[in-house]
Amino acid sequence: MTIDTVKITIGVNGESTSADVEPRLLLAHYLRDVVGLKATNIGCDTTSCGACTVLVDGEAVKSCTVLAVQADQQSVTTMEGLSPDAEHLHPVAAAFRAEHGLQCGFCTPGMVLAAVSLLTENPAPTEREVREGLEGNLCRCTGYHNIVRAVLAAAGREAGM
Amino acid sequence: MIPVGFAYVRPDSVDEVLALLVEHGEDATVLAGGHSLLPVMKLRLAVPELVVDIGRLPELSYIRVEGSADGGEVAIGAGTRHRLVESSDVLGTEVPLLAAVARTVGDPQVRHRGTMGGSLAHADPAADLPAAVLALGGTVVLRSLRGERRVPITGFYTGVFSTVREPDELVVEVRVPITGSAGWAYEKFTRRANDWAIVAVAVVDGRIGLVNMGPTPLRASTTEAALADGASIAAAAALADEATDPAADVTATKEYRRHLVRVLTRRALTTAAAGS
Repeated sequence: MTIDTVKITIGVNGESTSADVEPRLLLAHYLRDVVGLKATNIGCDTTSCGACTVLVDGEAVKSCTVLAVQADQQSVTTMEGLSPDAEHLHPVAAAFRAEHGLQCGFCTPGMVLAAVSLLTENPAPTEREVREGLEGNLCRCTGYHNIVRAVLAAAGREAGM
Repeated sequence: MIPVGFAYVRPDSVDEVLALLVEHGEDATVLAGGHSLLPVMKLRLAVPELVVDIGRLPELSYIRVEGSADGGEVAIGAGTRHRLVESSDVLGTEVPLLAAVARTVGDPQVRHRGTMGGSLAHADPAADLPAAVLALGGTVVLRSLRGERRVPITGFYTGVFSTVREPDELVVEVRVPITGSAGWAYEKFTRRANDWAIVAVAVVDGRIGLVNMGPTPLRASTTEAALADGASIAAAAALADEATDPAADVTATKEYRRHLVRVLTRRALTTAAAGS
């Protein structure tokens, strides 16, 4: 069987992108190598670590386990698209900075987007709900306390609730 | 990791999917959420020639109550994502076990993509939902151009990653009886958040489904019979590993799994008894 490329159109951070791609191209590679947005990190490549988390139609997904063709005609948000500029950070990104919710920063784009998705589904989570809501994202600097604090701050709540 | 190249098609209807399955047979693989299939394709353990994407067919995504001769059932479309199952008010009221078990699958990102039908059809012995549907006494609905058949979950699984589904058939629905206020519990043992179950036990209305205690999901029939004969929870749960055949792997020995299933069954039965 001949493998044809497929023409896909994906809204990325509000702008239409289009390309002829092999069906096997992963969404993470589409975003990094075709569109050229490098904030989306590929960590484990096995759906475990969450570093490649992006929003597809507003829901957090791991882009190493989604084919680009599966996101055809849908809208994707990456870390680059979350804040208009460095002076006007998205509330969750601002909270990560204010609460020092990162050390090396590798997990941060995925962590922030997972948190945005969590707060969309549950705008006022308890600390336990934040911890469970971020169970798909690993931070190997062991910075979870400040990450949880940042997500609670973004939700207007305090740790310990 | 990159899958081997394949052709891709995203049909607009189930009928188109069924026609493609007839045309391509075992060369075609159905993709729903992709969270079981894509990992094995990336490892090149699965090398389909054609991937048929059903992940965006609205006709496969629903949760609805339906009457039946022996009481009501809830019908769940095969393409219904775990996130919808876990947050469904209908299931939360009518079949709370199923919503609770869906909530333990993977992590939120996985649950945004993974589907009920995909989890059942993939037939991973460590998967949560097959044993829950087994404890519920559910039914899997298979459709092909030849027609539709309803297979009780007790007869659906034939081995590790294998079911009675024929190559031209699509899992389109799962049906589970309404259990309402009957006691239930799900005890899942993992070492880390978002891991697969090492062993898990689903209990509802006196029936017990076991995860990862054999090549297929199993009922703890000996324990169920002991309970029906009036045995205590402790005495009945001590029999939970009878007629099981757990595998040994990097996470646990066979003996450890047998130990876990006895402990988890006792906990699950105790919780279910308190909640009924």
